[in-house]
Amino acid sequence: MDRKFTVGLAQMFPRLGDVQANLERHLQLAREAQGLGVDLLIFPELSLTGYTLRELVPHVAIRPSDAHPMWKPLLEASADMALVVGFVEEDARHRFFASSAFLDGGRVVHIHRKVYLPTYGLFEEGRYLSPGDGFRAFDTRFGRCGMAICEDSWHISTPYLLWMDGADYLIFCSASPVYGVGMDQEGATANAATVTLFTKTYATLLTSFAFHANRVGVEEGISFWGGSLAVSPRGHVLGHAPYFEEALLPVEVDPGLLRAARQRLPLLRDEKPLLTLHELSRILSEEHPHDER
Amino acid sequence: MTNVDALLQQDIPLVRRLLVSAIRTELGRFGFTRGVLGLSGGVDSSLAAFLAAEALGPENVRAVLMPYRTSAPESAADAMEVIRILGLNHVTVDITGMVEPLFAQFPDMGQRRRGNVMARARMIVLYDQSEEWGGLVIGTSNKTELLLGYGTLFGDMASAVNPLGDLYKTQVRQLARAVGVPERIIAKPPSADLWPGQTDEGEMGLTYAEVDKVLYLLVDERRTPAEVVGMGFSEGFVRQVWRMVQRNQYKRCPPVIAKVSGRTLDWEFRMPRDWGT
Repeated sequence: MDRKFTVGLAQMFPRLGDVQANLERHLQLAREAQGLGVDLLIFPELSLTGYTLRELVPHVAIRPSDAHPMWKPLLEASADMALVVGFVEEDARHRFFASSAFLDGGRVVHIHRKVYLPTYGLFEEGRYLSPGDGFRAFDTRFGRCGMAICEDSWHISTPYLLWMDGADYLIFCSASPVYGVGMDQEGATANAATVTLFTKTYATLLTSFAFHANRVGVEEGISFWGGSLAVSPRGHVLGHAPYFEEALLPVEVDPGLLRAARQRLPLLRDEKPLLTLHELSRILSEEHPHDER
Repeated sequence: MTNVDALLQQDIPLVRRLLVSAIRTELGRFGFTRGVLGLSGGVDSSLAAFLAAEALGPENVRAVLMPYRTSAPESAADAMEVIRILGLNHVTVDITGMVEPLFAQFPDMGQRRRGNVMARARMIVLYDQSEEWGGLVIGTSNKTELLLGYGTLFGDMASAVNPLGDLYKTQVRQLARAVGVPERIIAKPPSADLWPGQTDEGEMGLTYAEVDKVLYLLVDERRTPAEVVGMGFSEGFVRQVWRMVQRNQYKRCPPVIAKVSGRTLDWEFRMPRDWGT
């Protein structure tokens, strides 16, 4: 698509473990977004379930099929507007994933299962969820997109792989919590500053659009900082939602900026993925002197 | 229907050994050889007294009777029978004088409020006795009560070590029978005895025999409410039980701490409870 379109970042406060209530909120926000001319509405990580689920995981899990009563209304809502929704996905063998689905035209275009499940500090995802096993870009009517969920985006290889797979639009969905509030950071919190920094960096170095939808609210005493962000292929901030408050942020996207950015900074043209592959193969096959046992 | 009664049967000798060993070890690691418990004359506290006496020796267990002026006299008689059988150290502290001045300030105070005040007054007495006797408080809440939230937060739910917290009421009765708790105590209708005629089953509107089966299937067997209904239990009952478990989750957790720092208690600061012992 070469014509402009509008992305909406749905910075919401999901209700923990209440899929029905969150579904209604999604549909309501989709209606509001329609009024704002939004073409693609992006919800945060686990927007249908809330984040600190612990053993609620199997209780809120969804098999994404037309038959599921929670899934059908979302597919219907995607008839006129593309939606990215976060949910707990259950597979046929009863594994549970933190997934985000790209829905458009009443069907599922792509589902990304979170690969990197943080299990350190306050995070305990590895205890309750299965990791996804890949990053795949996918075609949409807006162009080729790639999705990553929260911790995925902290791994620098994630956006690189999506870029190499052809993604021009990077979609990051998060439930990023507040921790380590001090006096030494810019933005709301230390990790808010980091996420904002790398979202801009990825957009700039990959000469691609980057959209980050983060949630807000409080669960189990943990606050989520919001600050959802849209960045152009030149690293310019196209829209930045407030910290800590619910917001529905529309951002106009001009695909022509991709062409201009890649002329100005031809990093994609000059990238050598085969060299990267070669070097990685060598590195992984070698004995490492720094891998002391 | 699944034979849940069979699933609720325990390996009694093994469970008894595990509970006795846990009481002795957990008290011991904090440097204590003595325990103190509130003895009501009901099956839970009687079983806890038997297990504590076996773990620590009866001379090291102080049973505290804490009647209120309306408490049933049979409760105290049953408690004294347990004390006699085991040869426990014991003391009686009447809580009437503690709670009535507060009741007098609020003449319209209802039964539930008064019951909670009494449960918390008993906690104060018990922790005072803990200090005086030099022993830790041994808890008497069972798994059924903890799951249903049938207990007073910071009242009867307060303890240092709870040997019964993983036994359903049905299982408490099985073990009580095996260790020698008098049959009279096991057979009488369970009651918090906070007001005359109160019974657990009457107040909650359910029977332990039924609720334990449903809880066992939902919690231990991880079945969904719909599956449990499919096994022959009434839908209204299963939903009511699951709602009670859900609504009372807060009673089983420490208070919410509003997170700010990078090392919040219970999130990033997760030292073991038995740290350094």
